[in-house]
Amino acid sequence: MADTATSTAPAQEKEPFFGKKERRLLTDPLNDNNPITVQILGVCSALAVTTMVYPSVVMAIAVTFVTAFSNLTTSAVRNFIPKEVRMIVQLVIIAVLVTVVELTLKAFNYQIWKQLSVFIGLIITNCIVMGRLEAFAMANKPWRSFLDGIGNGLGYSGILIILGVIREIFGRGTLFAGSPLEIDIIGAGEKFMINTTAPGSWFSWYSNNGLMVLPASALLIIGVIIWIQRSSNKKLVDIS
Amino acid sequence: MEIVNILIKSAFIENMILSYFLGMCSFLAVSKSVKTAFGLGMAVIFVQVITIPVNWLINFYLLGENGIFGIDLTFLRFILFIATIAAMVQLVEMFVEKVSPSLYNALGIFLPLITVNCAILGGSLFMVAREYDFPSAVAYGFGSGTGWALAIIAMAAIREKMRYSNVPAGLRGLGMAFILTGLMGIGFMSLMGIDPKALMSLP
Repeated sequence: MADTATSTAPAQEKEPFFGKKERRLLTDPLNDNNPITVQILGVCSALAVTTMVYPSVVMAIAVTFVTAFSNLTTSAVRNFIPKEVRMIVQLVIIAVLVTVVELTLKAFNYQIWKQLSVFIGLIITNCIVMGRLEAFAMANKPWRSFLDGIGNGLGYSGILIILGVIREIFGRGTLFAGSPLEIDIIGAGEKFMINTTAPGSWFSWYSNNGLMVLPASALLIIGVIIWIQRSSNKKLVDIS
Repeated sequence: MEIVNILIKSAFIENMILSYFLGMCSFLAVSKSVKTAFGLGMAVIFVQVITIPVNWLINFYLLGENGIFGIDLTFLRFILFIATIAAMVQLVEMFVEKVSPSLYNALGIFLPLITVNCAILGGSLFMVAREYDFPSAVAYGFGSGTGWALAIIAMAAIREKMRYSNVPAGLRGLGMAFILTGLMGIGFMSLMGIDPKALMSLP
């Protein structure tokens, strides 16, 4: 995921609508400044909801929505917020957006809402949202803050979906279970593509890895993702 | 007896970090030295003991159907809970500054950071989900805070030792911290089979 920002815009006119800087805001959080593996923000939810791909995708969309719009709103009112109460103001903005997401999800997809339970509420304290508000939206214009929110949401989504895919394939032998796109890959039963109990099956030794369903496995996988990322991206290596 | 039960359960068996993996961000970011980890742990216990009972009162007397408004206002729960937490953290900060300036200086920036610690809001939401009564809510606040503090102190101690180990370059620091937490989590799972009630009825 190398940066290929080869914008050829010469002498910049004042603040292009979507120039080099704006593109960096979107691509940086995908690798160099990933919220989970580099900024250590938003780890809790990444562990809890990623046992399956479908809830992770829903969670990723919800977080991206909340980050983008809270960044936009906070940035729009940033000059009117007194410094002493800024935390409460930010949290109220986030809480309103999260409540909107929660009620929408409850109305349209009750099953997933139940499965995600408190973790939708915990988006409020998802450090990505508050962290980006503090670090970016309080000091930048609304459009850029909005892009920064989307970029960080996408960086978070990327890790979430990688985790979800690995944990669901090895933990349950399925992919997208619970959604209309469900694919059953490997397991005991007729409905799986590779049926381990079929007579003469080459995969009769296979069984699902129970560790993958536990949150601890997500930590181990993120550890390995960090290892891989830092081996290819030397400037991220911890020197201390 | 029920209260002791909840205390043990929330501190060890249902440990906020190592069983539910809440409050990971500050857990991973602040666990570089035992001293700061201890300060943050104490602050979390303090805030947890105050906010969970206060949120219990809000949930019961303001939002519930038999509260003072007489209607179901639970859709306001997130906003009120987080506002309480932010206000409480700010109050605690002012209180500590007045009563013990030395403690205030020791905690420094970590006190305001507690506002966005998922373990705090998570604790309040679990308290609602499990329908605790008031004394249980106080016990749950203390227990879950203690569990969080113990976990971060243990982690900081391990990370201080890790500094002298030969870790592969890519894993150094953060990567190793993730894997260590995962292994500690697996270790803590062995506590899950313990039934505090059976433990207490031993002769």
